[in-house]
Amino acid sequence: MTEQQFNLDTVEHAADTPDTELPWAELGLKENEFDDVKKILGRRPTAAELAMYSVMWSEHCSYKSSKVHLKQFGQKVTEEMGKDLMVGIGENAGVTDIGDGWAVTFKIESHNHPSYVEPYQGAATGVGGIVRDIISMGARPVAVMDPLRFGAIDHPDTARVVHGVVAGVGGYGNSLGLPNVGGEVEFDPCYQANPLVNALAVGVMRHEDIRLANASGVGNQVILFGARTGGDGIGGASVLASESFDDSKPSKRPAVQVGDPFAEKVLIECCLELFKGSVVEGIQDLGAAGISCATSELASNGEGGMHVDLTQVLLRDPTLTPGEILMSESQERMMAVVSPANMESFERIMEKWDVEYSVLGEVNDSRRLTIEWDGEIIVDVDPRTVAHEGPTYQRPYERPEWQDAVQADRFPGSEADAARPAGTDLRGAVLELMASPNLCSKGWVTDQYDRYVQGNTALAQPDDAGVVRVDEQTGLGVALSTDANPRYAYLDPYEGARASLAEAYRNVATSGARPVAVSDCLNFGSPEDPAIMWQFAEAVRGLADGCMELGVPVTGGNVSLYNQTGGQAINPTPVVAMMGVLDDVGRRTPSGWEADQDGQAIYLLGETAEELDGSEWARLRGHLGGLPPKVDLAAERQLGDMLVNMSRDGMIDSAHDVAQGGLAASLSEACLRFGVGARIGLGEVAERDGVDTFAMLFSESQARAVVAVPRSEEVRFKDMCTARNFPYARIGVVDAENGALDVQGEFSLDLTELREAHEGTLRRHFG
Amino acid sequence: MADSSVTLETPLIADLGQEAADSRLARVRVGVVAFPGTLDERDAARAVRLAGGTPVPLWYKDSDLQDVDAVVVPGGFSYGDYLRAGAIAAKAPMMTAVARAAQSRGTSGSSPLPVLGICNGFQVLTETHLLPGSMIKNDHLKFLCRDQRLAVESTATPWTAAFEPGEEIVVPLKNQDGQYVADEGTLAELEAEGRVVFRYAGGNPNGSRNGIAGVANARGNVVGLMPHPEHAVEPGFGPSSSGSGPVAMRSGTDGLRIFSSLLHQLVSA
Amino acid sequence: MPRIIVDVMPKPEILDPQGKAIARELPQIGIDGFAGVRQGKRFELTVEGEVTEAHLAEARRAGQELLSNPVIEDVVSVSVAED
Repeated sequence: MTEQQFNLDTVEHAADTPDTELPWAELGLKENEFDDVKKILGRRPTAAELAMYSVMWSEHCSYKSSKVHLKQFGQKVTEEMGKDLMVGIGENAGVTDIGDGWAVTFKIESHNHPSYVEPYQGAATGVGGIVRDIISMGARPVAVMDPLRFGAIDHPDTARVVHGVVAGVGGYGNSLGLPNVGGEVEFDPCYQANPLVNALAVGVMRHEDIRLANASGVGNQVILFGARTGGDGIGGASVLASESFDDSKPSKRPAVQVGDPFAEKVLIECCLELFKGSVVEGIQDLGAAGISCATSELASNGEGGMHVDLTQVLLRDPTLTPGEILMSESQERMMAVVSPANMESFERIMEKWDVEYSVLGEVNDSRRLTIEWDGEIIVDVDPRTVAHEGPTYQRPYERPEWQDAVQADRFPGSEADAARPAGTDLRGAVLELMASPNLCSKGWVTDQYDRYVQGNTALAQPDDAGVVRVDEQTGLGVALSTDANPRYAYLDPYEGARASLAEAYRNVATSGARPVAVSDCLNFGSPEDPAIMWQFAEAVRGLADGCMELGVPVTGGNVSLYNQTGGQAINPTPVVAMMGVLDDVGRRTPSGWEADQDGQAIYLLGETAEELDGSEWARLRGHLGGLPPKVDLAAERQLGDMLVNMSRDGMIDSAHDVAQGGLAASLSEACLRFGVGARIGLGEVAERDGVDTFAMLFSESQARAVVAVPRSEEVRFKDMCTARNFPYARIGVVDAENGALDVQGEFSLDLTELREAHEGTLRRHFG
Repeated sequence: MADSSVTLETPLIADLGQEAADSRLARVRVGVVAFPGTLDERDAARAVRLAGGTPVPLWYKDSDLQDVDAVVVPGGFSYGDYLRAGAIAAKAPMMTAVARAAQSRGTSGSSPLPVLGICNGFQVLTETHLLPGSMIKNDHLKFLCRDQRLAVESTATPWTAAFEPGEEIVVPLKNQDGQYVADEGTLAELEAEGRVVFRYAGGNPNGSRNGIAGVANARGNVVGLMPHPEHAVEPGFGPSSSGSGPVAMRSGTDGLRIFSSLLHQLVSA
Repeated sequence: MPRIIVDVMPKPEILDPQGKAIARELPQIGIDGFAGVRQGKRFELTVEGEVTEAHLAEARRAGQELLSNPVIEDVVSVSVAED
């Protein structure tokens, strides 16, 4: 740079000017936090140091409100849960051993607020960010999934967000060549100004290719490569007024990051080649907090220190100040640690892929992170204090007073339940349910995503889980499902979180896969509200307890707080991503019956109680109150184990879980999956369980699944259920001749009519 | 820059170098061109291998065709497609070499190089002017991924010689810029000369003129096709239907026949 | 019929992947004289009869509210076509 456009606030200058006013509050630091920074440094921070501490100590990066609770995921573990875990929580993403020398890494993250401000770019960069997490572990990304939550379907602003987010997820993911194999779409007024865009990515690698991001080895080079650094995502940093004395420069930096999927696709191939040739010691992706995060985390994870010359950063915008460069969230950038001996190989690979890079500095043994600008030291910190030793809060939490009233407001007997459908009215009720925004076909969304690319997709939406082959020789593969039931969590955060976990577990097992690992994305309101903090604490406790009961570890995830507008928080939304393993994806179980299954027996596994509180039917009638369905994880585990074994042994040809919308939704979806009808009789099972036909169809009792059993397997099937003492009931047969869902004695629903209702809703609203 | 370390297969995922069963077919070398943003090159290589041939990776920066007998330009977003789909890729050294070989007179009796451009590869071939027309955004403006029925209208190309004229197949369609357009004169010429190779059946998914899904050059050796035959080659991982009716879930393999057709044509030639 | 031309460009500080891709390709075809490329959009609004101040005001409003995404783009000019 030829002329200085700002006052350089050096470490020396900071020590000499202790009383300089700094905009710590505008950068989001609390007074006690700013005092801590001064105490750590023994002086006031420089502008650049303030920028680093403020972003790294933000809720988003430091988990300062949540980590006292999150540590349960590391504490509530059994030996069983650790046996396949190769890398646990704390790295960019956890890694699980799936056998045959293969390892899988997966993670789910939120990109909520940016997706409200600029839906297309927010969603696109959300996909980009999670994919970089996977790459940095040394894995090849093989699939993505996106649980999305929007405001009311008919609210005037919802279409803007839906169109942008879906196009953004597709535009970025499709361009990377990653099949999108599942997710969720929910509409609820609580997400009106707080849509939730969560993104999951999964990657695979050989055991020997696992890499951890740390800076070790004195003399190793620290290199920034990929896209150039611009002003993306540093809206907040513009308050670093003390740095700027040129009023003519753009006063407001863009808060919006713009993604370039082509640049990321090249980064994927380029990083894999770096890993394959063992050219790098480690790679760190640049996400939130950009270079601040990458340098402090790499240095903090290594055993030594690091020196960086910030003037070496390749810039898209030459007017950026050092603080802004440190905070920039420009996308598609990575930081590598490379030994001098490998520099030539590194440069060759960069040249092959036409990727720009610059050497910023090197690893040393100072145990300090020092950053210079034009030869002057502007940062001199212990990297651990920036990256890992940020503030921790024991936020007060308390069960809100209104919780009792909410739980006392049961759906059965309420005004909303006054005209409970029966007999032939059930037909209209099922049609209404299957056309409702939350149970209608999500084909309008998923048809905008590529599910074929890579040629390894064995199951995708609308099946219960996405299934992707990992090994083409053996058929070894993984299944993934993401689930949340925020309405249950609103009624009881502890039980609601466990229900989300149970549903994800069940979905994976239903596809025929053995559930092995969890990643979670915890979306909540403001932690400064004790009631919200209580929801959060209860949900985390529920998940941690539940994972221990199910014997699956949490391998990583993300927390998104402050999802609220004014005093109105979103429903607590703990999204659970479950991964399972299939020895041969060719044996995966479809979620519906095909024509050649004509005459197969349909069984309902599990028992039904009248559990309509928080249900989809109650939502249709505008009711949210009472207690969520009872969660019995021992039963879920039993059911999951049976579904996996039955699938492997050929005892079932299709299986579909029973969840939101109850048996009515499960049967409808199983019929619509391949357009093959069924004749169902619910009299006996309703009598066994002591509920009416309506509750049989619409109750959301847990630990249930609908399966189709070949005639020749019925004896073995029943023997297994009996041996395991698991309730089962034969409720009908697959009927390929009659294209209808026929519930005997109650109603018959033509599948063409059902499909029109099911598939018309999103098209009608969004075109 | 010639770089022999560029590989199409993903060693992390699969070994694509298996020995093919029929050694005559296996001797047929089919080049698969990769640009930095190409996405379906592994799928195209897998399709060639499953059909019995030998896939050969061709890197866009090179200009050596490595003695391949045919070339597939697979789908993806070759250069991010920020200017026009395929526009920048068409200028790559490898495409110059492909274009030359595809247009060669074949003085020694050898026929011109068979080339198949799929999706973005089709767009690259139109930008290279090997094929007429162009692609614009779908009439519904969205990316669309679905199983698509096609009629094979011309069997006078090496890629479709194994089909019956008018036969229907089902392969996945996935694109945002898939609407085929050409001026009236060109369309009339294509129709009159029987150069519409594939036409959408059961509804036009994107507003393409005359329902055109794929066309050939005048000599028939160069074919462009918008949908993806390489995604319908393996039971369990393809579409859930075929031209001849329903199949088990995801077990449609109609696309494989396009690659088989080529290999058999080349072996019997 | 007269047309009003509305030009929309990505904000200067926003990453423009399109322009970046084109800038990289130009030297490949032997054009070396340009330091950068940015790609924007041009809209043509056709007017029946004379273009009035009211038309221009409406075109400006269309530019702000519909044709551009104010989060990442600027309307850089609104003008009447010469022909």
